[in-house]
Amino acid sequence: MTNWPKSYPLALLIALMALLPVGVLFSLAQDSAQFFDTHNLRVLGNTLALMTLTIIGSVLIGVPLALFTAYVQMPFKRFWLIVLAAPLALPSYIGAFAMYFSFGRGGEIENVLGVSTPPISGLWGSALVMSLYTYPFVMMTTRSSLLSLDASLVNAARTLGLSLGASLWRVVLPRVVNSIAAGALLAALYALSDFGTPAIMGLDTFTRVIFVEYNAFGLSQAAMLSLQLMVIVGLILFIESRISGATERPGRHLSLFPAPWQRNLMLFATMPIVFMSIVLPLAIFTLWLVREGTGGFELSYAWNSAHASFIAAIVAVLLAIPVAHAAIAGKAGRLMERITYFGFGVPGIVMGTALVYVGLQLPAFYQTLSLLVMAYVLRFIPLAVGSVRTTAENIDSGLVKAARVLGASPREAFIRITLPLTLRGMIAGAALVFLEAMRELPATLMLGPTGFETLATYMWRVYEAGYFGRAAVPGLLLVLLSGVGLILMLSGERKAQFTVTEDKGS
Amino acid sequence: MLRVSDLSVNYGDTRVVDKLNLALGQDEILMLVGPTGCGKTTILQALAGLIPISEGEISLGNWASTPKKPIPPEKRNVGMVFQDFALFPHLTVQQNVCFRLKDTQLADHWLSLLGLESFRDAKPARLSGGQKQRVALARTLAHEPAFVLLDEPLSNLDAALKDSLRWEIRDALKKADVPAIWVTHDQEEALSVGDRVGILNKGVLEQLDTPEACYSTPASRFVARFMGEASFLQASYDNNSASNPNNTVITDIGNVPGTPLHHAHGDVDLLVRPDDLSLNGAHPSPNGTVEWVRYEGESRLYAVTLDNGSHLKVRVSHENAIKPGERAHVQLVTTHPLAVFPK
Repeated sequence: MTNWPKSYPLALLIALMALLPVGVLFSLAQDSAQFFDTHNLRVLGNTLALMTLTIIGSVLIGVPLALFTAYVQMPFKRFWLIVLAAPLALPSYIGAFAMYFSFGRGGEIENVLGVSTPPISGLWGSALVMSLYTYPFVMMTTRSSLLSLDASLVNAARTLGLSLGASLWRVVLPRVVNSIAAGALLAALYALSDFGTPAIMGLDTFTRVIFVEYNAFGLSQAAMLSLQLMVIVGLILFIESRISGATERPGRHLSLFPAPWQRNLMLFATMPIVFMSIVLPLAIFTLWLVREGTGGFELSYAWNSAHASFIAAIVAVLLAIPVAHAAIAGKAGRLMERITYFGFGVPGIVMGTALVYVGLQLPAFYQTLSLLVMAYVLRFIPLAVGSVRTTAENIDSGLVKAARVLGASPREAFIRITLPLTLRGMIAGAALVFLEAMRELPATLMLGPTGFETLATYMWRVYEAGYFGRAAVPGLLLVLLSGVGLILMLSGERKAQFTVTEDKGS
Repeated sequence: MLRVSDLSVNYGDTRVVDKLNLALGQDEILMLVGPTGCGKTTILQALAGLIPISEGEISLGNWASTPKKPIPPEKRNVGMVFQDFALFPHLTVQQNVCFRLKDTQLADHWLSLLGLESFRDAKPARLSGGQKQRVALARTLAHEPAFVLLDEPLSNLDAALKDSLRWEIRDALKKADVPAIWVTHDQEEALSVGDRVGILNKGVLEQLDTPEACYSTPASRFVARFMGEASFLQASYDNNSASNPNNTVITDIGNVPGTPLHHAHGDVDLLVRPDDLSLNGAHPSPNGTVEWVRYEGESRLYAVTLDNGSHLKVRVSHENAIKPGERAHVQLVTTHPLAVFPK
């Protein structure tokens, strides 16, 4: 078969589009004289320090929780898993916002309880917030790998005289090191590309400085910084691609039944994490809502968010279909798919910088919604591709063949078999893109048309102006949206166990 | 009539099927057997038009498909039953069987004939393996194909089911009055179900004949071994009909009529099946030693090394118990001619 699969030309086009931001940045950065200076060095140091501390923090929290959620049998197991995974769904700037205004002198904790607490800000504050919102990456990757291990190895170790703790340490953890690393690298990527948290905490990382340069009309300097940030991101992505998950023959997984008091002790130990990452923001926003009402908030902000995100979700899924099918069709298609994943690694602030420049070059697009939608699509299309591809892959190729020999043309087979079976993936993908876009901050700040305020940008304005009480409504709405996103993700995970592949034999 | 001439299929530079020729009569069931990787499934996929062919022609009355001018699967009026059933998981049994039918009368006919009435509204995931394969068969036959291809239809089912479903499928195909090519790696299935059997080895059709002929006069030693337990016994044979009018083959353990293959003459190898032999542990002049014995329930299979060095397998009644290491007497006890291969 020498002719290309039909999905290739479209997929190639989309893949090329995904590379657009970097091309733009390169041409933009050439105008910049400043390549590197001492200020730059400090920014680099801050960024790397934040990344390192985030990795350490997320592993220290994530791995024990992974062991806990994977192996310990307890009532309401699924509930606790959801609660412990929940911070993943919250944008960290929500937490940063709440913690920044809660702790320290004059913070809400002192106002309400009269207890003075140390301020949370700067490097340590950022690292704390980051760890609290990225540990679920480590927890989830490690957990799924723990669940795939065969319990008999631990049982063998214990019958050979090793204690449970020692067996976990010597027999289990070495086999999930790769998964821990994979989760930690995701956390690192998050720490590198997040704008809101360091910006609120006042830590000069790349993302914050890029935004400052952009506001000072130093677009080419912002581009140069963006490229430097992209180098680090690229390095992390490269390391990530080298880590291969060890595939072991899955077996019956380990179940531990500790005494109730032990179990409750473990649960109790997780409470500070849940409190800081979920309860505190909810409590603070609720407090503000009660105290200050809904003043200053307009419904149009929510509408703007939803409107732009909805368009982005539809476009992303439509573009994802050819890419996903190309990825299944062959090696070249797989490469095209990989290229579209690139956008996910591009921090929002970098994407913003690149597309602002595109807007300046093409005045027809400048200050229009289309540029913002494009930024959303480029950044979040991997979510749509991923979920469309997974469902499409799960379709047994024999089904399409069966339809063909029954007399259906390729078109009819696609419409009657492939499409209905991938519909769920498309809806899930669209929902993921929608929710991510709703919460996106930096690119929205840079690309939103004048006067176009969304939930996320409104929170930023409130932070800049210091009227933090007004963050109540958008804050709570964003938490609520994140909750919906979490339910969606988890139902996806559970549904995966009942997919069409189950049909094979019985 | 389905006619395949000089069909070859390449995967890259590897030739998977080499110059296959066959023609299928009305309502004939042709079994294609061969070891894993011999190209059986590739042939089916090529016949269905699911993979491109490199050479040759496939034709069926109103169409002919060549490498230059391939006919897409939906234009071939072919029916295919898949190893993993390939039932559409989002459709009910009824919707599966009626996939492209306007008139559901035939669907009802096959659903009731295959005992699937009560599963009409069930989704495939709820069915057992045997039920799934019946639905797949009903779906195929209800679409009135001009020929049916079955790709190891029983390999995903458990042994007890295999045996009964085998006959159900055969009956249904005969009732539908369509020719069929049925691929399997199970020689027993091939011998019992097929009207004709084709044995494939590395993409080449080694023999295409009735089950009896494939078993008793195999075209090659490969076919002989593949169709069942085969031993080759040193023998001598004179192919001159004047001096040897009864085609007698002379061996150390008895003389039997032979069917010479490939002009066998002089020192030859006689194909001996385990049931062509008798074994007697109480014989006064034993001529071999028992190496091992396998108890099979109704029979025992013995491996015996003759004093002349030949290795033979002998199947005898289970009452006959001889221990490994003991001496015994082996004798040819058959009246039907055995195949004679040149050395």
